[in-house]
Amino acid sequence: MDVRVRDLGYVYPTGVEALRGVTLDMASGEAVAIVGQNGAGKTTLVKHFIGLLRPTRGDVRIGDWDTRTKSVAQLAARVGYVFQNPDDQLFSRTVGQEIAFGPRNLGLGESEVRARVAAALETVGLADQVDRHPYDLMQTQRKFVALASVLALDTPVVVLDEPTTGQDAAGVERIGSIVERLQAQGKTVIAISHDIDFCAERFPRVVVMGQGRVLLDGAAGDVLARAEVLAQTYVEPPQLARLALRLGARRAPRNVVEFLQVVREEVPFT
Amino acid sequence: MIALDAVTYTYPATAQPALREVSLSIPDGQFCAVIGANGAGKSTLCYALSGFIPHFFRGELSGRIRIDDVDTQAVTLAELVQRVGLVFQNPFNQMSGAKFTVREEVAFGLENLGVARAEMQTRIARTLERVGIADLADRSPFALSGGQQQRVAIASMLAMDPRVLVLDEPTSQLDPIGTREVFETIRALIEERGTTVVLAEHKLEWIAAFADRLVVLAHGRIVMDSSPRQVLTAPELERYHIGVPRYVQAARAAREIGLWPADRDLPVTLDEATEGFSSSSSLSSTRLDLRNSRNSGN
Repeated sequence: MDVRVRDLGYVYPTGVEALRGVTLDMASGEAVAIVGQNGAGKTTLVKHFIGLLRPTRGDVRIGDWDTRTKSVAQLAARVGYVFQNPDDQLFSRTVGQEIAFGPRNLGLGESEVRARVAAALETVGLADQVDRHPYDLMQTQRKFVALASVLALDTPVVVLDEPTTGQDAAGVERIGSIVERLQAQGKTVIAISHDIDFCAERFPRVVVMGQGRVLLDGAAGDVLARAEVLAQTYVEPPQLARLALRLGARRAPRNVVEFLQVVREEVPFT
Repeated sequence: MIALDAVTYTYPATAQPALREVSLSIPDGQFCAVIGANGAGKSTLCYALSGFIPHFFRGELSGRIRIDDVDTQAVTLAELVQRVGLVFQNPFNQMSGAKFTVREEVAFGLENLGVARAEMQTRIARTLERVGIADLADRSPFALSGGQQQRVAIASMLAMDPRVLVLDEPTSQLDPIGTREVFETIRALIEERGTTVVLAEHKLEWIAAFADRLVVLAHGRIVMDSSPRQVLTAPELERYHIGVPRYVQAARAAREIGLWPADRDLPVTLDEATEGFSSSSSLSSTRLDLRNSRNSGN
């Protein structure tokens, strides 16, 4: 489902101007990473997608819905949002109940709810934890519970806020493959992340934000090569991109295979 | 000096120990990083080093933990905080909850140590400056982003000037340059104050560039303990689900196709990788010098 942001401005009640005219279009089947320094406005932006914040100016459309005319509950049917801190999201006594909560609220029958819970837990690798109390799990596992509860809603738009925080290599790998799977299912996947290597490897498109504005928006290989613009918002190109740029390349390789390609094609005299 | 001697610890109401026979001795002024898959025992080790085990978390502890000559089990947590500071994984847990501004939050620990007011003001100003949040001094600690809270948590510990600083994933919510700054601050602290630092992290690139030593935990045991270079280029690293640094991956793949000299060590930092790829026979070194001066990095 398309997400369309037009000249979005937002001023917090404290007077902080967090967004200063953001325009973005994201389509079905796209995976978009939003990067930028702490305080760049990334979370403020995506909170508009689920109606937690209302535009001070401009507008946000989710498909044919103008978010200003829809409730948070209505928007939840179209946009699934995985919070940065899972403890802001989880409240049930068991992992299974937590994940069943959303689908049940959508009015689905019990057998369908059970099927969705099982599938979501399988996807995040917590099938054996269904009866545990979420707060008996590690924080990183709770993050997967929060992710599963959003997957079970099967929304056309999925927003992930710092999905890899604190995850080990296996966890990052699993989240990456979930992103790719959602994308392949035709969903619109939007992630906020400081993990720039993860963004490069898993997201074909990268949006760079700084001080409430979009600084760059385009293919990961182009955007992540713009070291001087990234630095304005406290972001560095991914590790392999920094290496390739130092060696004289003009594009940012997204992974090891691309790195070797770039070095062969673009680095002089190899 | 910190010394753990055959430390085994089991949390209350759990069957399996979280640390098993851990022995580790860290000399003054060393920057020791700890990595491991989630659940390997990194946070537990941090709690044990800082006295939260056994003073806050009960459970069952055997073996000895000493900081300098002090057995951490023989003194109170209040005495320990003058020697060792812990920066929590979740900065929210670090906040006193009793203070309305960042400045007061950072003052909290100093008040409890009985530091004089004027000295307190100097230290707070210096620390906030140092971690890059001087402009947040009058904001509420709870109205900050995760990354900003993380900086407040680090500042609160630095202001107390502990001999030993233990940090549990202190940069998990920081932007990339913020992360680099934290590592630089830690390094500077070690040079200036001789602080001993233990840091649990996943960010291998920064560990490789800044740490003196790297300990790998798996299932509560120390399975590797060497220089970051030795550990990060060791073939068995993958066994512990930690991932392999990008530069190591790239050089290994490049070696297969002759783009990385077969007799050269694998690189763990950007500088080493740049050098190695430049030296690979066909690259022009003059041209690279030019590039280097334009794209300077760590």
